[in-house]
Amino acid sequence: MNTSPTTAATTATAAPRRSRSPLELAFRQFLRNRAALASLVILGIIIIACFVGPLLLSNDPAASDWSAISMPPTLLGQHWFGTDELGRDLLVRTLAGGRVSLEVGLLGTLVSGLIGVAWGATAGYIGGRTDAVMMRIVDMMYAIPYMLIAILMMTLLGREFYLVVLTISAFSWLDMARVVRGQTLSLRTREFIDAARATGVSTPGIILRHIVPNLLGVVVVYATVTVPGIVLTESVLSFLGLGVQEPMTSWGVLINDGAQKLESMPWLLLCPAVMLCVTLYCVNFVGDGLRDALDTKER
Amino acid sequence: MALLEVKDLGVRFTRRDASPVDAVQRVSFTLEKGKTLGIVGESGSGKSQTVMALLGLLPGNGQTSGEALYAGRNLLTLSQRELNQIRGDRIGMVFQDPMTSLNPFLTVERQMTEALQLHRGVSRRDARRQAIEALQRVWIPDAAQRIDRYPHEFSGGMRQRVTIATALLTEPEILIADEPTTALDVTVQAQIIELLRELNRDLGTAIILITHDMGVVAGLADDVMVMYAGRTVERASAQALFENPTHPYTRGLLDALPRLDDADGSHDIDAPLRTIAGNPPAPGEAIEGCAFAPRCALAKDRCHTTRPELEAIAGQPDGWRACLRPVGEMMEVVR
Repeated sequence: MNTSPTTAATTATAAPRRSRSPLELAFRQFLRNRAALASLVILGIIIIACFVGPLLLSNDPAASDWSAISMPPTLLGQHWFGTDELGRDLLVRTLAGGRVSLEVGLLGTLVSGLIGVAWGATAGYIGGRTDAVMMRIVDMMYAIPYMLIAILMMTLLGREFYLVVLTISAFSWLDMARVVRGQTLSLRTREFIDAARATGVSTPGIILRHIVPNLLGVVVVYATVTVPGIVLTESVLSFLGLGVQEPMTSWGVLINDGAQKLESMPWLLLCPAVMLCVTLYCVNFVGDGLRDALDTKER
Repeated sequence: MALLEVKDLGVRFTRRDASPVDAVQRVSFTLEKGKTLGIVGESGSGKSQTVMALLGLLPGNGQTSGEALYAGRNLLTLSQRELNQIRGDRIGMVFQDPMTSLNPFLTVERQMTEALQLHRGVSRRDARRQAIEALQRVWIPDAAQRIDRYPHEFSGGMRQRVTIATALLTEPEILIADEPTTALDVTVQAQIIELLRELNRDLGTAIILITHDMGVVAGLADDVMVMYAGRTVERASAQALFENPTHPYTRGLLDALPRLDDADGSHDIDAPLRTIAGNPPAPGEAIEGCAFAPRCALAKDRCHTTRPELEAIAGQPDGWRACLRPVGEMMEVVR
């Protein structure tokens, strides 16, 4: 990693090593954390499996194998995770469902992160009355029961994938905005912000060029908390029958199906539930590792 | 002609549950082209707030009064947008602590070129070239390579040289340095002072130097303003002030300088350091007479009840003092 040739190295002056940003240093610190690194690897395997797996496996998630109905998991046959009562292969369905769940989680985190950072940084930096109004809006949003809105949106507008993402994002940016605002409040008293003002940088310029880069660490850590939260919310919505629609599936949909046949076919619940749990654990471990790595950022 | 003319500047901070604090009161001074003005005072004397007010950097609860004329415009009444055209371009600023005044997440290049791109519309490439030249001017070795580094890869003294180079990129007429050497160790301090002196001489940049270190002022300033509890107590040319201080507080500050040898050439290493007994008044404390009276060896009853105004010192052009005791008495203070 540190052998990549740069201009500094080739000019044979007193600067042989590459320049490292604070985020890069944190990343190197992260790589030393074994639990977090292992989680990152497992998470990577799950993500790749979910996105590539359904394409490679011969079974179609919606197709029925009438010769193997309600078959328990087996490593000998074609259906490693077993099949459901319609003869659909559970492995493919779990992976395809995982893709939807992860897409919702990542997209929702991205959207809520963008809104939350913009909102929180603006409120925190400008302060005063602007801050008060913006944060009261956040408080008001908190007071709205999101389930009610979700049920309304789904029943009125239909159970579309993008609607699920939109509904979840519309509420999950609130926490991000609060975290970011708090961080911004402490950042704006730092001398380099005064220095930027003394340089004549405009308010939007200061927020974009000086506040936001300094927030990245916190935002990344908080995003790792948001991803499982959104995946869980999607599962809850699906469990209630408000998530994505058949034949599309997600971990929440699969767990809902499995829970209803718990006594006769427990694998229908166990397989997707274990996948969900492992994924959430891994994301949490990665988040923990990132938090530790970014903790000593002033090196 | 005066470059910057400050008249009766006041800074008041409102407080939510208490009476407002007057951090700066009736401060006036002029800065001539290419000259260096030293503003001296203890912590809390209002010296930093004076320049923060000039650049519009006061916190939200700060209000200003009086006027500060620069190029025919009153800096105190300009909008943020108008101020943004002046600060960082015509007036540069160097902050106290170079460890915190550089953004840890941006390379030195991006921080240096910001002002050039903002005020001059210079292309990124030209800005980079100028920034490298500026770094070389402040004796940063390997400037072309170092400019791509992050601030944490620089030592404290180098960072302060980077901030000075940054402030000078737009060739400002005025450079405000707020305790530029306080956070640095002594040998580096000397380098920074030398650097400022050189820039003042070679580029003709006028400097407002804020410090609590009389030694720094002696080495650099043409004129000196001594502040105490938010007011000017004495203002004179550096030479006159150091040779013949006319205010008991100034005299106390000069006496407090540790010396390696006494006036008669002998030196007594074990001699205790001289101090000014007591503490400055707390911010917001109501003061009736002279703010320095409780600590002043020369104070008479009248000093505690009547506030001295800033008056011209007889026989000393551009010399001003705020003291009720006659100048002649200053000599009687035991040295």
